[in-house]
Amino acid sequence: MIYHVSPTAIVVFIFFVLAVLALSFYFARKTKSESGYYAAGGHIHWAVNGIAFAGDYLSAASFLGICGMIAFFGYDGFLYSIGYLAGWVVALFVVAEPLKRLGKYTFTDALDAKFNSRSIKLTAAISTLVVSIFYLIPQMVGAGSLVTPLLGLPHWVGVVMVGSVVIFIVATAGMTSTTYVQFIKGGLLIVFSLIVVILVLTRGLNRTPSAEYHQFITLKATISENKVTAVSDTSYKILGQHEDKDLVFVKLQKNGTPSWWKLNTNAPEPVLEEAPSIVIKKDGGILYNGAPKGTGKFYQVGHLNKVIVDGKEVEKTGAVDPFEYIKRLQDSQITRFTKKSFGFNGDNVTLYYQNITPGVKIMKPGLYYKIDKGATFWSRLDFISLMLALFLGTSALPHILIRYYTVPSQKAARKSTIVAISAIGFFYILTLYMGTGAMINGCLDISNSNMSAPLLARTFGMTLFSIISALAFATILGTVSGLIVAASGAVAHDFMDKFLKIKMGPKEKVRSGRFAAVSVGLIAIILGIIFEKQNVSFLVGLAFAIAASANLPAIFMLLFWKRTTAKGIAWAISVGMLSSLAIILLSPTLFEIYGLPPSRAPIPLQNPGIISIPLGFITIIVASLLTKKHHTAHTAHTAHTVDGETKSTHTIQE
Amino acid sequence: MLHKPAVELEKDESAPRKAKLGIIMFVCYLAVYTGFVVIGVMFPSALGVNTIGGMNLAFTYGMGLIVLAIIMGLVYNYFCTRFENQVGPGDKP
Repeated sequence: MIYHVSPTAIVVFIFFVLAVLALSFYFARKTKSESGYYAAGGHIHWAVNGIAFAGDYLSAASFLGICGMIAFFGYDGFLYSIGYLAGWVVALFVVAEPLKRLGKYTFTDALDAKFNSRSIKLTAAISTLVVSIFYLIPQMVGAGSLVTPLLGLPHWVGVVMVGSVVIFIVATAGMTSTTYVQFIKGGLLIVFSLIVVILVLTRGLNRTPSAEYHQFITLKATISENKVTAVSDTSYKILGQHEDKDLVFVKLQKNGTPSWWKLNTNAPEPVLEEAPSIVIKKDGGILYNGAPKGTGKFYQVGHLNKVIVDGKEVEKTGAVDPFEYIKRLQDSQITRFTKKSFGFNGDNVTLYYQNITPGVKIMKPGLYYKIDKGATFWSRLDFISLMLALFLGTSALPHILIRYYTVPSQKAARKSTIVAISAIGFFYILTLYMGTGAMINGCLDISNSNMSAPLLARTFGMTLFSIISALAFATILGTVSGLIVAASGAVAHDFMDKFLKIKMGPKEKVRSGRFAAVSVGLIAIILGIIFEKQNVSFLVGLAFAIAASANLPAIFMLLFWKRTTAKGIAWAISVGMLSSLAIILLSPTLFEIYGLPPSRAPIPLQNPGIISIPLGFITIIVASLLTKKHHTAHTAHTAHTVDGETKSTHTIQE
Repeated sequence: MLHKPAVELEKDESAPRKAKLGIIMFVCYLAVYTGFVVIGVMFPSALGVNTIGGMNLAFTYGMGLIVLAIIMGLVYNYFCTRFENQVGPGDKP
């Protein structure tokens, strides 16, 4: 086990959680109205709201997921940073001010402002709920990942802890406390990430990450008839061999401890290279590098194979500036660890073999998203799909959109978006350094990419690790709070109050919102446990795709196409949401979760955006044209809202 | 009944000009972003080509997209504020 519980970590963690709870108690006393609960009364300063936007957005996906993906796959993880930020351009230029003009508390209010249509209320509420839940899953997964190293507790305990604390926060205080928690957390996250990056640059590139770093062993192998028959160290006994296409893995045993090795025939003479492994035995027992959890055999990995400076191989570079760091990394060679899973004599073996990768490959796309060598039509389409979903998803995320209602004016909405773009953009630049820093500093837990950034911080001392981990936990608390406010708004405000027209006084409305928050929180806890092993950034990519498919066509066409009808919007939301969900459920990743071979997935796309987003746009155009007459007859007095204020309208009965 | 915003807003006379500017800037950024995706899919090896200061195109373009978003945001705000000042006080931040 590579995690050891630290008293410092526990103290810092408890301090952060108590601080968040204290803030919630303080604001809970001020939250008496529906406006206060859902929109913080609309009186948050734009600068505070901007950083709170950053706090909302720099979720587990950004901090844990992106850094983890960069640490494992290099530049491909940084694609998320680029796409996530580009999405804010759409939010600023297209959505921010009009949505502020149209809305009240929720995204559904804005969509429905022109029509007052029951079908819009229903579909938009469901879409908000679905997107929020999909966004909640990775946050919960991230929480579980963090609690293991911080407190030495199992993953599911972390998920339950976050769920419980957040349900408590949201159910008591609502949007005001969420805003201030996000403001403080967003600011601290950026500052401490900057500190980590400065330390990474000061350390520079070093072939030996630390004195304690594991020394990988290589054994000379004798091969006869494609079988390894002997190794140079006779204290090892050969237990068996597994072949997987061109790869050969050999199981050895020394002093009763089994271990896995990869045969390398490209060396001058055949050698076996040590490969860390996790083996689930027939009887259910789990061995980490041949020994049970807790024996400390499952070491951290990630190092430079060669450090090249101006064409010469050196041991280390010393302190470097941000540009020199990237240049040196491009020129060097990095030892990555590639995962391989297979069955062997009834055991489930997952091993991570050494894969020496040139820095030039690390610093461009291709290690995760196959767009270069070995690319197929579908892998290229997947890349486009991801970039499209990230670009269009941000401005369709309900928990981001509701933050436009916490500020007093359109100008404030715009300014807070610019503050958000600046803060988020700066943070995303830092992710490249944190991710690659984790990749080369011998700190990776190869079984869990999500822990890369906190583990990098640990190489600089337990205090920084404790602060970074606690901040990451607070990040999750804040983001989950925002998501649950959005989801509870969809259930209590959009569905119960506006769609079902249940008669409720102001206090009952807030109470129903709180009840909805508890329900959504419980669902998120369950899903967070189920999706434990998935990279959180990948999961958020799916939430973006659903949001972009279901909500963006509706928002965009409502603002810029005067012939858009209520039924067009309702149909677009339904088709966009259902098609993206269907593609996700039939994707290779989900097949892996079902326990089926990913190759049997009928749609080989990981991200549905490329199909479902255009489908949403086509649906809204076709449905609006088909229902135009009906709409015109019932909304003769409706004025277009883009040019200024929203005017009165008739109700459309559907 | 029509939903009204959480805070009552004054009529914003500059909204059409701001919306037009927003669309223009959105299209400009979209073009640069699309360029990145197209290079990635059609000419992936080009992303490894060295550019300014020995940094490859992937790094320069990716960082450029992030920095460009920030700069365009500031430019957009500058012009929007000018439009708002030209038509009157409008709503206050």
